[in-house]
Amino acid sequence: MLHLPVLRRGQPYRSLTVSRTLDFRTKEPFVEISQANSGLIRRDLLDQETAWRTLQGFRTEELIAMSKRAAGHYLNDTLPLGDDAQTPEDYVRQISATTGLPHVMVRRNMMKIYGVMAEIDSVLSGLTRGMDMRILDDGFGMAGGHAVSFYPRGFSLGVVLPSNSPGVHSLWIPAIAMKIPLVLKPGSSEPWSPYRVIQAFIKAGCPPEVFGCYPTDHGGSNTVLQACGRCMLFGDVGAVKAWRTDPRIELHGPGYSKVVLGEDCVDDYEKYLDVMAASIGENSGRSCINASGIWVPRRGREIAEALSERLAKIAPKSADDPTAQIAPFANAQVAQRLNNIIDAGLYEAGAEDVTKRHRGAGRLAEFDGGTYLLPTIVRCDSPEHTLANREFLFPFASVVEVPQAHIAEAIGPSLVVTAITADEKLKASLLTSHDVGRLNVGPIPTMKIGWDQPHEGNLFEHLYARRAFQQSA
Amino acid sequence: MSRTASKDIATRQKDVLKKLDAHTVEIVKWHFDPKTGSPFWLDWAKKAGWDPRKQVKCYADLDKFGNFQDEWLRGGPVRKWVPKGLAKEPVYVFETGGSTGVPKSRIQINDFRIDYEMFSETLPDKHFPKGADWISIGPSGPRRLRLAVEHLAQHRGGICFMVDLDPRWVIKLIKWGEMAMMERYKTHVIDQALTLLKAHPNIQCIFTTPKLLEALCEKVSLKKLGIKGIFCGGTEMTPQFCRFAVEELLDGVYFAPTYGNTLMGLAVHKPLSASDGYAIVYYPPTPRAMIEVVDPDNPSRIVDYGQTGRVRLTTLTRETFIPRFLERDECEREKPHALYPWDGVRNVRPFNRFSTSVVEGVY
Repeated sequence: MLHLPVLRRGQPYRSLTVSRTLDFRTKEPFVEISQANSGLIRRDLLDQETAWRTLQGFRTEELIAMSKRAAGHYLNDTLPLGDDAQTPEDYVRQISATTGLPHVMVRRNMMKIYGVMAEIDSVLSGLTRGMDMRILDDGFGMAGGHAVSFYPRGFSLGVVLPSNSPGVHSLWIPAIAMKIPLVLKPGSSEPWSPYRVIQAFIKAGCPPEVFGCYPTDHGGSNTVLQACGRCMLFGDVGAVKAWRTDPRIELHGPGYSKVVLGEDCVDDYEKYLDVMAASIGENSGRSCINASGIWVPRRGREIAEALSERLAKIAPKSADDPTAQIAPFANAQVAQRLNNIIDAGLYEAGAEDVTKRHRGAGRLAEFDGGTYLLPTIVRCDSPEHTLANREFLFPFASVVEVPQAHIAEAIGPSLVVTAITADEKLKASLLTSHDVGRLNVGPIPTMKIGWDQPHEGNLFEHLYARRAFQQSA
Repeated sequence: MSRTASKDIATRQKDVLKKLDAHTVEIVKWHFDPKTGSPFWLDWAKKAGWDPRKQVKCYADLDKFGNFQDEWLRGGPVRKWVPKGLAKEPVYVFETGGSTGVPKSRIQINDFRIDYEMFSETLPDKHFPKGADWISIGPSGPRRLRLAVEHLAQHRGGICFMVDLDPRWVIKLIKWGEMAMMERYKTHVIDQALTLLKAHPNIQCIFTTPKLLEALCEKVSLKKLGIKGIFCGGTEMTPQFCRFAVEELLDGVYFAPTYGNTLMGLAVHKPLSASDGYAIVYYPPTPRAMIEVVDPDNPSRIVDYGQTGRVRLTTLTRETFIPRFLERDECEREKPHALYPWDGVRNVRPFNRFSTSVVEGVY
């Protein structure tokens, strides 16, 4: 069986505690992953400065070039994987086997990760608003005609990662080009991408000691979050709640992203069905930037019907089918549990699973050894309904009717909002909202992101603080 | 050891089981005799309609009691557990659990002393020198550890320094998400321990928990401070933790992991060895207590050697009779060892059927 070691300052370490992740289809152990005990992580992280000093020995332009070389290695090369080697095709199959993502979706995510490494200069430009990155090398410089100086807020970036979709890895990758070492805790079902990205960087010339990769349990994750100067945490509602008051940690919980149609556009909803369906269904609904709500002032019933008709056509296909649009759950019990939660919500008056009529079958489905939750559109009479503002790990959205004047306050925290409207008042209310992380004005799918427009926190600002700076002539 | 070395393990195991049968009969007689038994068990026998003194003729006959219910240990009057035959003795009450709700209580008179004196015999003098002082860094208060470790030190001719940690408070901090406060509390405990360790050079032995041991070793080299032996317990330990402790934390200081609780007493560990993957194998203090590994779906069936099952505990002392108690742990059944020729348990960990998780959001 494949074995993935812990990486301690880049060096493989085989633990006596291993977890076995199953192939979702055969239910047989697929990979054995060494688990780091929390004391070991803590001990390694007692000295984070040495790795940081190692990265300070490189100019930013060298690290940018390294990232670009790593992009090619990541996409095309056979790279070390524990005691084995991994081709790009192995990587695709392995992610699919443990997460359920069809190959076509893995490849799309792979291109996203490749993109952030290959286009690292434009990513950095977006994160720093076009700042000359040599300022990081020298500690100070001129930006926009003003003297600026930045200092790191910590010696490493600790990241507690999810298993839902490999695309999220694009968020931490720029840290290396910003001279900050990484301490990663991979998701239990998706350790593949962190390992492969690290190996690509090492092959590109990056010192191994600037990478830690610690598969671990809940306690070990907490250790990463406690010990690193700056952190990112991907997790469910409960996981992120515990850290909400800690400014060192950038929280990536559920997105509750939404598409909003204004009074001026809602009668033309058919024109926007593609945008709504893509926002809900792309990547099998596994991203926090997938829409989980369609909020409209009226015509909710017709919109729910039209979306249901379209999404109900999505059916499970084999993992290697290039037209696959939906992924099974790696853990069938999770699917069962979510299905029960939705059914329990539907018992409450004021909501209907509209897709049910169009599917002609249950939401929970079995196909080729996998357990699926099929796309589901629930129409809710009120934003107060239990299912009106929920997010699940599959294409699920509620269609909610709210008077336009109240939409901005009613939607609640929303990572991405696509506002299809030309109404100035509605746009203004969304522009001034504290709750909207990324605002797309116009028919832009919530899934479409631009590297120059970071959402959910800006990695540069998370890793660096600006100090006041003056220098005599 | 040398006296029994000539006998093979199987023969010695038979001897042990024979003694266990005899001990069981004696203890059952004591607890169900109206002159010596505890009010709880005398009352239990009346309701059960059978006389254990007549029907229990060997250890296996304890199956007739069914499984001991831990709820019986919650709440008072705690004197219902004091055997009449010991009614004039000073009684201690020790607690287990209690982070929320009513803790389980066990009364004791001398058991903790006897248990730790027996355990003391298994500690190598080279690493736990007679006459050396100890420090106990960990749970005290209502737990028997506080008196037990102190007695262990005294029994070996030492004096025991104490630094307290309240695990109920730690659990609350974690539940509240007060991780920073938890760290500060841990630091507060470690700082006190370091002060004592540096001020008292005759402290050569430590009792502490795995987490506190890690925290201590982040600050100092215990070897440089003159520590020779670590007795570690209180919470679950994995082989990986033991390996980490031996290879990275302790610089050669002897490491003795233990498994124990207020209800059972203290199980002794087989010496750790890299060659068997630092397996943590414990042997109960037979015949005073037995740990067995049973089929979770049929708790009267003991699983085969090497098989996984739920931990079943039986305590057989004059102070306490707890038959067939199902612990919230699981492990593998281990064969007898040359040092301990009776069944042991390997890699004890929380019983996995009690774990639950609910996920909201895309992660």
